[in-house]
Amino acid sequence: MSGQTSQIAAEGKAPEAEKGPARQSLLSRLAQNRLSLVGAFLVAVSIFMAISAPFLPLADPNAVNTSDRLADIGAPGHLLGADELGRDILSRLFWGARITLAVALAATAIAMTVGTIMGLVSGYFLGWADTVISRVVDVLMAFPYFLLALSVIAILGPGLLNGMLAVALVNVPFFARIVRGTTLSLRESDFVLAARGMGAGHTRILFRHILMNSVSTLIVATTLNIGWMITAAAALSFLGLGVQPPTSDWGTMLASGRQYLSAAPHTSLLPGLAIFFTVLGFNLLGDGLRDALDPRMREV
Amino acid sequence: MRKYLFRRLAQTIPVLFGISILVFAMLHLAPGDPADMLLGSEATAESVEKLRHDMGLDRPLAVQYVSWAGRMLQGDMGRSTVLNRQVLPEIIKRFKATLILTAGALTFAVVFGVGIGILAATYQHSVFDSVAMLIALAGVSMPIFFTGIAAILIFAMDLRWLPSSGMYPAAGGDIFDLLRHLVLPAVTLGAVSAAILARMTRSAMLEVIRQDYVRTARAKGVGERRVIWVHALRNASITVVTVLGMQFGYLLGGSVITETVFSWPGVGQMMVRAIQARDYPMVQGAVLLVATSFVFVNLAVDMLYAWLDPRIRYS
Repeated sequence: MSGQTSQIAAEGKAPEAEKGPARQSLLSRLAQNRLSLVGAFLVAVSIFMAISAPFLPLADPNAVNTSDRLADIGAPGHLLGADELGRDILSRLFWGARITLAVALAATAIAMTVGTIMGLVSGYFLGWADTVISRVVDVLMAFPYFLLALSVIAILGPGLLNGMLAVALVNVPFFARIVRGTTLSLRESDFVLAARGMGAGHTRILFRHILMNSVSTLIVATTLNIGWMITAAAALSFLGLGVQPPTSDWGTMLASGRQYLSAAPHTSLLPGLAIFFTVLGFNLLGDGLRDALDPRMREV
Repeated sequence: MRKYLFRRLAQTIPVLFGISILVFAMLHLAPGDPADMLLGSEATAESVEKLRHDMGLDRPLAVQYVSWAGRMLQGDMGRSTVLNRQVLPEIIKRFKATLILTAGALTFAVVFGVGIGILAATYQHSVFDSVAMLIALAGVSMPIFFTGIAAILIFAMDLRWLPSSGMYPAAGGDIFDLLRHLVLPAVTLGAVSAAILARMTRSAMLEVIRQDYVRTARAKGVGERRVIWVHALRNASITVVTVLGMQFGYLLGGSVITETVFSWPGVGQMMVRAIQARDYPMVQGAVLLVATSFVFVNLAVDMLYAWLDPRIRYS
């Protein structure tokens, strides 16, 4: 996980409530940062690939054609070449984007939901709930990130769904810690005390007031974290512990291309570059969002 | 300092207890009965029942945990179901290789990451600063398996400068052979950490350089080299050490992928094979050893942190 995300986890502070004009200028502030525009472009490309795969006139990604095996870039009928079974790499990159992004986004959604609820409960109610949740988070964070993901796979067995759950679980403590931090600082703020004074229940205070004011921190943390999620999910597939054939994501494409590194390096370099540019895109966008939404997290 | 050490040591006890619970639970959380899994699908009901009894699986969970933890503390991690060998000696042999790889990666990350970070801060807004930070930005996003494959392609296959796999040549070798085999995996594993360290060192240094005491030192006529290396770096090192501690976990986790890419005979490569073969004693032993060593590395980092910044040990 990147240093920036760790930095947020360490700080866990709530940003000050955004004022109207400041909120309006979020896009313009983001647009001023050229690197975040590059990031947004890269993310848009990968999302386009994922969404457009079924609608474009691409070759069948699983159609085996041994006469075209390991075809070079630019070979007739294969713009980006073919893999060891003669399957079209361009088509597989587009279809692989769907799996790669779906796994990462689903894992992020699960980690964010579970982690946010844990953080809200822990930081708001304190007492034994906080003690129990904080200790669980401490123990989960005592594991090196990838080792924890492997441990989950060891329990559940390899597979697409299990890989997604493993990547999600590893990130639950990260979100829980950030949201706990923001909740702790918001629970005594004037608007929460006012809401409580007006008779608002715990659920309303937690979700309507505290959660709503933690949204910008969550957006920044999530965007900075998705890159790591994509890498981790692809790494599990690369090791043969995530997505299983015939389904394939960029990680499995890279792993199978590795066998033919000297004869056809493009079979592994292309999916590798796809992962790299997508992760880079999310990291750049995350950096830009952090600067625009939460200037206190900005690096010097 | 000693008081701080004891306090910090006491804090590791619940964490180690939690890790042991999780590792113990691995076998029980997995779908299916552990005895069934160990014996395979063709085992008879009697043999499964006998193994259940022998393994103590018919006893209450708490009793099983206590006896399991007792065995672990004595170094008895059981036998590998695939290799049919004691787990601990096998893991220790492999763990040495992982430590060599991690140490190599850490050395690379510190030397290049911190070095480039200092230079970039010293020459802020220079061409070097811009290029280094752009590379660092890209480096943070490079997945280990992709960096590794690209490194093999360029330095092992194309230029033929370095070997692409293993720890020694097939016929055996000396320390220089080991170092030659270590370069590519260590640089691959350490690249992301070096990139993060470079960015963090640069920002920490820039923050410190603007402080009053640095201005005072300069006003007193202290040389620029001394200002950077003594006044600024010592204080920036608190941030650097924190990041370094966080990176160690990343390196231990990342070593699993690096070892697979470079066929490095470490504990990570073994763990992947053990997971695929559902060799639970091996997986449990490896997870326990790596996670425990990570806890103690964090403890050491905290000690270093307290030594660097006395405010921490008195808080």
